[in-house]
Amino acid sequence: MTEEILQQHTKNHIQLPEGSIGKTTTTLNLGPTHPATHGVFQNILEVDGERIVSSEATVGYIHRAFEKIAERRPLYQITPLTDRLNYCSAPINNMGWHMTCEKLLHVETPKRVDYLRVIIMELARTADHIICNSVIGVDSGALSVFLYVMQYRELIYEIYEEICGSRLTTNIGRIGGFERNFNATAWEKLEKFLNEFPGALREFENLLQRNRIFMDRTIGAGPISGERALNYGFTGPNLRAAGVDYDVRVQNPYCSYQDFDFNIPVGTTGDVYDRWLVRNQEMWESLKIIRQAYEKIQEFKGQEAEVYHANVPEYYLPPKQDVYTKMEALIWHFKIIMGETNIPSGEVWHSVEGANGELGFYLISDGGRAPYRLHFRRPCFVYYQAFEELIKGSMLADAVIVLSSLNLIAGEMDA
Amino acid sequence: MGLTNERIKERLIEKFGESVTGFSEPFGMLTFEVPKEMNLKLLQFLHDDNELKFRFLTDLQAVHYPNDKGRELAVVYHLHNFADNVRIRCKIFTDIENPDVFTATRLYECANWMERETYDFFGVNFVGHPNLKRILNVDEMDYFPMRKEYPMEDQTRIDKDDEMFGRGGTF
Repeated sequence: MTEEILQQHTKNHIQLPEGSIGKTTTTLNLGPTHPATHGVFQNILEVDGERIVSSEATVGYIHRAFEKIAERRPLYQITPLTDRLNYCSAPINNMGWHMTCEKLLHVETPKRVDYLRVIIMELARTADHIICNSVIGVDSGALSVFLYVMQYRELIYEIYEEICGSRLTTNIGRIGGFERNFNATAWEKLEKFLNEFPGALREFENLLQRNRIFMDRTIGAGPISGERALNYGFTGPNLRAAGVDYDVRVQNPYCSYQDFDFNIPVGTTGDVYDRWLVRNQEMWESLKIIRQAYEKIQEFKGQEAEVYHANVPEYYLPPKQDVYTKMEALIWHFKIIMGETNIPSGEVWHSVEGANGELGFYLISDGGRAPYRLHFRRPCFVYYQAFEELIKGSMLADAVIVLSSLNLIAGEMDA
Repeated sequence: MGLTNERIKERLIEKFGESVTGFSEPFGMLTFEVPKEMNLKLLQFLHDDNELKFRFLTDLQAVHYPNDKGRELAVVYHLHNFADNVRIRCKIFTDIENPDVFTATRLYECANWMERETYDFFGVNFVGHPNLKRILNVDEMDYFPMRKEYPMEDQTRIDKDDEMFGRGGTF
């Protein structure tokens, strides 16, 4: 009798998909705007009790057509677009883009510029890892660690602010170097960061690393083998946690990374705990790199210590006072701002080690004023495909920490 | 550092003969082209060969060349050999009327979404793909927006009443 009523009800009022009544599993939407999803994307989970039977990911909610927009813009106007890929570590994207352009234009940057860039990129990596690792804490129930390290991300943002004026979407640097030299406050804040952050990071580590509850929650959650990870196109800390020691900074050194002495931490099982450990160790390595770069920069004396950009008049804006007084500077200024410089034709691939993986830029120029085609290889778009496999058969709560441990950034995924 | 671009070229010519064409090395990366029917054979060979070992698909995307009749769409694969640290780029060209290309999903799991993205924006039809549907754009979209016939919107157009975005119908 109940069956009949139910059928009648279904027929007249709600249209349910075929087989919905008899099925024993539940369909559950995780997202699109659930706080645990770290951005706007949706997972349609099929759960049996609390076990995940299958899942399907839907992405693209904040797609903004950057690749299309880039086809109408001069090179310098594409930098703000790259900010909005992985906005937790925007400077790495900016630098990666500048280096791609410099490769196409055959610009050699001075060593001091490279070292300044390395400092900024490693600060960005640290800021990104701070968020990701502390959010794994939050998603497993430890909110205090998140709030505790957040003040050092704030300090990093203050350093950005001294250099470029903005904090999150930085648009930092120019093709050829930086728009201005680092000022005294920036160095002061960097020193403060180098002195104080290790203590905080040590405490952060103590709160989680050997914490029984945290270990029980994360060990064995969402593991992946090195082989599968490679097949899925994993890069960055997620790949290294699975035991593959691939790091673009070492394999294809850019921006003078070959001058620095640092280790590449690797994990073994590729589970949430290993990913956490790898990121944590990477922050220590980043600190090491920043210290070395800082020392190297202090070795520059006299004229050399003032260098902060290469000489590329076609793409690097002249000083503003020159624009008002010198003809040539005025012409360059006009040409750059109006985007009237023809880009040499060519086909470039450049990739940098972003905070969550290999960020690649594929730029094709046909000699026009804007790229003919620009493609971003966004690391988390590539590896997020594995999420379905990672959470299959696990508990719903595990899916949430696996998601946070992958360091997905919706802006980057959807470009 | 055993594997050089010359050696890769030699191996490819040895295996595929005349089919592999258009060798060039822009910024040091070996680039070449194969007929579109051969893409899987090529990828399989690059993957399995004990010397070449190109087992990592870094990137896959398409480029639209509207003026190149019969070869309007290029699908570009960036492959990486981790052991010798060599990257190569291989391209296949297809006509836009019949953009069927074999899928690489059986070889590389990561090709799944990359191909969906390429389909979404360029309309390349990957034959044999397990789930070829739009990924970043809405499902209802009936065109492929990254093709060159869809230019960026003209910023000076006035036929749109779009006051919320600073383009009122009144000016």
